[in-house]
Amino acid sequence: MRARVLIRPKAGILDPQGVAVERALPALGFAGAGNVHVGRMVELDVADASQLEEMCRRLLANPLIEDYEIEMISDAPAAA
Amino acid sequence: MKLGVVTFPGTCDDADARIAAGMVAEAVPLWHRDADLRGVDGIIVPGGFSYGDYLRAGAIARFSPVMESVVAFARDGGPVLGICNGFQILCEAGLLPGALLPNTGLRFVCRQVDLVVQTTATPFTSTCTVGQVLSIPAKHTTGRYFGEVAPEQVVLRYAHGHNFNGSQDDIAGVVNAAGNVMGLMPHPEHAVETLTGGSADGLALFEGMTRVAVA
Repeated sequence: MRARVLIRPKAGILDPQGVAVERALPALGFAGAGNVHVGRMVELDVADASQLEEMCRRLLANPLIEDYEIEMISDAPAAA
Repeated sequence: MKLGVVTFPGTCDDADARIAAGMVAEAVPLWHRDADLRGVDGIIVPGGFSYGDYLRAGAIARFSPVMESVVAFARDGGPVLGICNGFQILCEAGLLPGALLPNTGLRFVCRQVDLVVQTTATPFTSTCTVGQVLSIPAKHTTGRYFGEVAPEQVVLRYAHGHNFNGSQDDIAGVVNAAGNVMGLMPHPEHAVETLTGGSADGLALFEGMTRVAVA
């Protein structure tokens, strides 16, 4: 099984990367873009999907400062 | 009195930490893969980029064999000082409250900062006075403190105009509830000799560590 984990800074915590991108967009002429948050994505094969939550809590994210979302993207392991 | 200094792959301030420890005690090198703490009376987790800081600063180092021993040592009341990356590791390990976020300016900053001692009720600051200003260097990209921490656990604050990373309430260093584990972002180990550190103010924290012996 292949899973995708999206990790992003919690709402309310200043996200300086998001702010930097938000300021750069109008400079390129893109008006109306806002509320930018920059996070990261981890994709992995797992034998036991029930362990994903624990993986996120203990290593992939820091629950104090980050939210995470787990998404199953395939039932079969992806080709290497 | 022996002070252990932990080295992880990517640690770069361990040599200075051993020099600082050696000025107040016998410095003992500890390796990340070894669970044996070699009979030390206190532990310094120095700065650097443990395991390349992949994923998140300090996130991977906390699961190394030496850290399991450090956690047990801290739970038994032994003094542990985390500096910069060491601070990040101790937070990730749950030994200290809070987390370190990217600096508000997103830049790596290297500068001398003034720190104001908030409490002397910890071993680390037991040689200081409340309100004393320590001038020591700071150098990091991820040092913005964030967390729920009791006022009495805040040991050091950036002096007015010195909070360059955007830390909550100007917090530069905190202790755990028991007071035996401390973390700070600036580098006291780089300020133990006036010739190279600009001041020797950092030495006070290491001297303080030696005041608590582990039974």
